[in-house]
Amino acid sequence: MTAVLDTQVPPPAGVRAGAFGNATHLACRACGAQSPLGPFYACMECFGPLEVGYDFPKITRAEIESGPKSIWRYAPLLPVPADIGTFRSTDPGFTRLVDAGNLAADLGLRKLHVKDDSGNPTHSFKDRVVAVALSAARELGLTVLACPSTGNLANAVAAAAARAGIRSVVMVPSNLEQQKIIASAVYDTTLIAVEGNYDDVNKLASEIAGEEEGWAFVNVNVRPYYAEGSKTLAFEIAEQLGWRLPDQMVIPVASGSQLTKIDKGFAELVKLGLVEDKPVKIFGAQATGCSPIVQAYEAGHDVVAPVRPNTIAKSLAIGNPADGPYVLDVVRRTGGRIADVDDETVVQNIIRLARTEGIFGETAGGVTLGVTARLIAEGDLDPDAETVIINSGDGLKTLDAVSGHVGPKTTIPPRYEAFLDFWKGYTA
Amino acid sequence: MSAQVRIPTILRTFTGGQNEVEASGDTVAHVLESLDADYPGLKARIVDDNGALRRFVNVYVGDDDVRFIGGLAAEVPDGGKISIIPAVAGG
Repeated sequence: MTAVLDTQVPPPAGVRAGAFGNATHLACRACGAQSPLGPFYACMECFGPLEVGYDFPKITRAEIESGPKSIWRYAPLLPVPADIGTFRSTDPGFTRLVDAGNLAADLGLRKLHVKDDSGNPTHSFKDRVVAVALSAARELGLTVLACPSTGNLANAVAAAAARAGIRSVVMVPSNLEQQKIIASAVYDTTLIAVEGNYDDVNKLASEIAGEEEGWAFVNVNVRPYYAEGSKTLAFEIAEQLGWRLPDQMVIPVASGSQLTKIDKGFAELVKLGLVEDKPVKIFGAQATGCSPIVQAYEAGHDVVAPVRPNTIAKSLAIGNPADGPYVLDVVRRTGGRIADVDDETVVQNIIRLARTEGIFGETAGGVTLGVTARLIAEGDLDPDAETVIINSGDGLKTLDAVSGHVGPKTTIPPRYEAFLDFWKGYTA
Repeated sequence: MSAQVRIPTILRTFTGGQNEVEASGDTVAHVLESLDADYPGLKARIVDDNGALRRFVNVYVGDDDVRFIGGLAAEVPDGGKISIIPAVAGG
């Protein structure tokens, strides 16, 4: 039984047994203090972020493989009830792991896979985390699904709430890409455009979260549950590799949550005996215009000084990343590194991914591939090791990034002669 | 010099449940001293043993994160608004 701090608020009355599956408590990642499962996200003692702890029963590969082709096949490893499949959700996950032979050859790697999370219901990895947050909100009796967002999360929250039949309120920076604004508003969410950058929106949401009863800000007051959804990236990669861990991974970093949870996911698979233990080097990728964790890494610091973001990679533009210190811990512990590339390199690498593998990634994908190439050139990534990189979102949401760089080769009248004139010149 | 300070949920046990309290001081450090005099123990939740702002708490003067404007030495205008917010971000 877990020790519970007597200063902590008791879990809300009416939460049913098994509401959080095999999860048993929340623990502070900074000081280790434990709390009961509830709508808590910051440690009462030190403000540190809370993380879900579990008491796992024996879980077998066969049980997982017989589950649905969504993240719910890993339900026993998530803070969700055993009957999660009976609730309306967008059922995200089980996206393809692309054997990227063309890109591997282009980069000089022996074996490369792209985990293409643009295949999720709203075209980014955020559907994973939102699905878990939605379950927590439901179990805690919270009735409004909300978020501050750089766009992808707003899309995922709006769609999940529509599917669940509950209200959503999403808050985004007013200068966000038009595609992401429309792709939230279409779900009839309450979309609020805030004059400011993501960090301003996040501050506002954190203030609201402390005042409004019944609201689940997915990445604020139910963040410990939400963040667990990213572990499913690790679970799927391992299962899709044939229940093996890769040698090295390159992961985009905004708040840093995804990177730390992939590391946690691999560790849980090892602990449960579902994969053989082996070292996995974890590398992080940021855009130069918002690279506070890179700056801390290179300066040898273990705290991250905030920056004001200025990059086209808006989905990664978090200047004050809450999980930054833990990203530093993971990359240092695993022998990885965190590095950055400039916006021009981001654009070139969006195009490179499209032209080698037929995958149109968003700017975060360009950041990840650009950093991958840089890490190979600088000798940090082993070209003979099996590598997995994450494409976390869909290029259709960030068309502006590449619109000035690609387009028609010509415009011709609808006549065969005109085509022939062009084609002869073009192929000469 | 007085300032309005917004108190996050997890610190309201110190303020008797109040979400906003008044404090005095012309810098963030002085305001925190003033708060601690009225609500003993509150400052230690925001500042660590070395006197630095804790890693997972953000303090704002108006809309400005104090880490951009001098940290605990940041000036607080008369009637200024200070917000204390747990650092969580991601989206």
